[in-house]
Amino acid sequence: MIKSNSGIRKTDVINRRMFIIGAAKIVVLTGIIGRLFSLQINENKKYLTLSDKNRIREWKLPPTRGNIVDYFGNVIAGNLKVYQLHIIPEQVENFNYLLLRLKNLLDLSEKKIAKINKLKLELKPWDSIIVSENLSWSQFVKINNYLYDLVGIKPVITISRNYPFKDVYTHVLGYVSQPNEQEILANQIVKERFVPGMKVGKLGLEKRLENHLIGTNAIQRYEVNAYGKRINQLEHQKGEQGSKIRLTVDTEIQKACADLLKEKAGSISVMDIFTGDIIAMYSSPSYDPNLFLFGISQDEWQLIRNNPLKPLVNKTLSGLYSPGSTIKPIVALSALENNVIDTKFKVRCTGKMELYGQTFHCWKEKGHGWVSLKNAMKQSCDTYFYEIARLLGVDRLNITAEKFGLGKKVLGKYFENEKKGLFPNTNWKKNNLGRGWVLGETLITGIGQGYIQSTPLQLCMMTAQIANGGYAIKPKIVVDNDPLTLAGAKQSMQGEQLHDSDKKLFKNKKNIKIVQEAIFSSTNERFGTSYRSRIDDPKYQFAGKTGTAQVKRISKRERELDLKLEQIPYKDRDHALYVAFGPYVNPRYALSIIVEHGGSGSKAAAPIAKKLFKLIIDRHELRNKQSNFEEISI
Amino acid sequence: MFQQDRLNNEITFFQKIKNLDYILIISVVILSIISLFVMYSTDGGEILFHTKNHFIKLAVFFPLMIVVAFFNIKFWHNCSYIIYAVIILLLIWVSFFGIKSSGSQRWMDVYLFVLQPSELMKVAIILCLAKYYHRLKIENVNSFTSIIFVLSIILIPFIFVISQPDLGTSILIVLSGLIILWLGGLKIKYFIYSFITFLISLPFIISFLKPYQKLRILTFLDPDRDPLGAGYQIIQSKIAIGSGGIDGKGFLKGTQSYLDFLPEKHTDFIFTLFSEEFGFIGSVGLLILYSIIIFRIIRIGSISRSNFARLFCFGYAFAIFYLYCSKFIYGSRYATYSWLSTTSNVIWRLINVSYNDWFWYCIKCKNQS
Repeated sequence: MIKSNSGIRKTDVINRRMFIIGAAKIVVLTGIIGRLFSLQINENKKYLTLSDKNRIREWKLPPTRGNIVDYFGNVIAGNLKVYQLHIIPEQVENFNYLLLRLKNLLDLSEKKIAKINKLKLELKPWDSIIVSENLSWSQFVKINNYLYDLVGIKPVITISRNYPFKDVYTHVLGYVSQPNEQEILANQIVKERFVPGMKVGKLGLEKRLENHLIGTNAIQRYEVNAYGKRINQLEHQKGEQGSKIRLTVDTEIQKACADLLKEKAGSISVMDIFTGDIIAMYSSPSYDPNLFLFGISQDEWQLIRNNPLKPLVNKTLSGLYSPGSTIKPIVALSALENNVIDTKFKVRCTGKMELYGQTFHCWKEKGHGWVSLKNAMKQSCDTYFYEIARLLGVDRLNITAEKFGLGKKVLGKYFENEKKGLFPNTNWKKNNLGRGWVLGETLITGIGQGYIQSTPLQLCMMTAQIANGGYAIKPKIVVDNDPLTLAGAKQSMQGEQLHDSDKKLFKNKKNIKIVQEAIFSSTNERFGTSYRSRIDDPKYQFAGKTGTAQVKRISKRERELDLKLEQIPYKDRDHALYVAFGPYVNPRYALSIIVEHGGSGSKAAAPIAKKLFKLIIDRHELRNKQSNFEEISI
Repeated sequence: MFQQDRLNNEITFFQKIKNLDYILIISVVILSIISLFVMYSTDGGEILFHTKNHFIKLAVFFPLMIVVAFFNIKFWHNCSYIIYAVIILLLIWVSFFGIKSSGSQRWMDVYLFVLQPSELMKVAIILCLAKYYHRLKIENVNSFTSIIFVLSIILIPFIFVISQPDLGTSILIVLSGLIILWLGGLKIKYFIYSFITFLISLPFIISFLKPYQKLRILTFLDPDRDPLGAGYQIIQSKIAIGSGGIDGKGFLKGTQSYLDFLPEKHTDFIFTLFSEEFGFIGSVGLLILYSIIIFRIIRIGSISRSNFARLFCFGYAFAIFYLYCSKFIYGSRYATYSWLSTTSNVIWRLINVSYNDWFWYCIKCKNQS
């Protein structure tokens, strides 16, 4: 009885306690279900995203750069198919044998082999090693012939930048090459789109317009495992080629410029005087930008770097020269505008001018006699300009010169390496050199020597603004959708009421006309400094002003010796300059030419203008037609 | 009918078959089939080692379960102490001559297969204590001598197993023992006092741990603090479960496990894989299946007349519950390296364990009669 009681009580205890455990179990189960609910239903999206982030990896491919075309749609920076050779280490059976075969087939250097071996250790076995970035077609064919024997290699066709006109456009376009880390970090877009093997603009427009040209990456999505190995391809998203950039330049003229400056150091710029379109902009000597695409060899680089004619300098924009006599139209204009002189004003030139015991020489030792503005410009009489500069003063001259674009960047927006130049005035000297202005400095500023420094493009723009009747233009090299069309621009400059006053650079339109005529006489009248380079055919007739810029002070002894050009050491020879516009009736184009150490402007620079003007005018009609097309399809 | 059977204690073979708990058997069969599919998935959709191995285990143990079910419960009652003693001897043998593998020594080679005595001890401890409390008078449950005796029965295997070292199994052994203590009627205040003592001494225990062990505990509590190291597996497991959503990614389509983001997917993360492929619906379904099994075991206990059978069923139900839940919990948050991580193939074990209980229950049924 007791026993059975005890047994029953025990059973009760067990059942009761079991009930408590059962309740606890239900609580725990509810907790688990709640947890599952929160993970799988509430936070499902979050974890789904995380799971996709785990398994999907994107491989970006290098974007295709946009083409750069000239005004006529000719591609001047395009893309070319290149043949590459990749090795995928994990597929290779015998790595050393493969390298030996490739070495024989492609003439790989020991250094290259060592580099491949090093890469093999660094990269994951399924990452491809680029053996050669740019195989020739014959090498590519050879490799394909032996493909059966070369397990683990992959011949690849990809796209690379190409500059079909080689060195002709180098200083305008720049070039692309592998970016360094700084360059990647500096540009947000490059940073986002960078993939190994991608090239970025290093210089010139390629660099400046990087964000437009770059294009978007093609994207390949792969499913990867936890170790990063690709399992299968999910999708391929095509990239978009970068924007096409159309320039205002004319390849025919650019090429002619390159020919004319062959073997010389110098620069030619050609500009549309109404639209400000840069027709040509060439700095000589140049170099082939294609060399940089796959990394330039040390030898080639040294050859370019050590060339005494300095091909790396963009002389058109970064070269600073004394304008010499090419400044005279501005001096004359300034004097006229400030009513210091009129057309009847005459100065007697005796070959030199004395001022406070200092002698200022005219280039012509015997002197020009009594000269008026027109004759002084024609023969480039220095004494006349000394005199009017003295009467004018450097500050008033400075105002006019800066109006016409001296001392300011012309294309600053597009070229980082463009220089500002300098047109001095009394304040500038006091602030920068700490000394007062001396009247003698005004005299030499009047003939474009001394502190004054200008780039060839500035001189071209200055000439263009005189040629178009004295209106400000905005030079440009990229064709944009500016509403300022040719017709509008021309109209606004001829019809007074149509344009706003800040475009007008003169006080009296007559003064511009006087200067234009003076320049015209310098080329087209007897005794003019560039008379020998004239073209009589009114269709091509142009007006120009020579300039000869001294690179060092001429000593008395040298002056007496009157050495021939060949007798002076190269680096002491004068720079030859020439600015011109034409055709004289209805002018349309302005140009500036500089031949470094070329001697006198009339002998070295003006003849180049003669050859060039024919071409420029002949191309005009074609260009005019072209401008009717909004967009050129290639 | 039961009354009659009880009297003569001998029922026919036919009646034994009739008395089997078919709901339990069917649940186990369904679970076995699910487990086969899951193993197939862990093998990457091919019939490889794990799937084959699992199938062989099923083929051996399922019939064995049925056979064992026909043993009379008296047999187990009589053998309880002997079984316990034999397994203690095996544990001692293993601690000297066992096979060493990955830093622990817990297996013995029995020619045909490799035996892990600590797994058997999970059952033996319940058997042993169930018999002890079956025979103990209710008045003596809280006596000093009985408590000391019971505690030593629990501690002896615990010490051998934890020194293997196998923390997970040793904790399960202790918990199974304590649950019988609880069911046997030990005063609740003892449990409360010892729990409080445990909590108070916890900081001291932790202070004796090595730095890497402390780090594990911290990571266990907050996996995001070490996302690339120890926390990696936990985070990946959470991602797998969470990305499963309501209906899962589909059979053989669990990307987390397929692409090797989940380590140990055959063992600790088996539930994670299941949950990723079958989603919330599948996971809850599996939980329900487990609950049915546990409920049937408890039911068998509650209708049985002997306290031995009752204690054993309840104790075993708890052990299974603990195992199932730990998998769910690991999978969903607290993962791998945690102490239970050492256990082998989980689903297999779950099912294997359910065979064990199941045959005890079947035994029970027979005994009831």
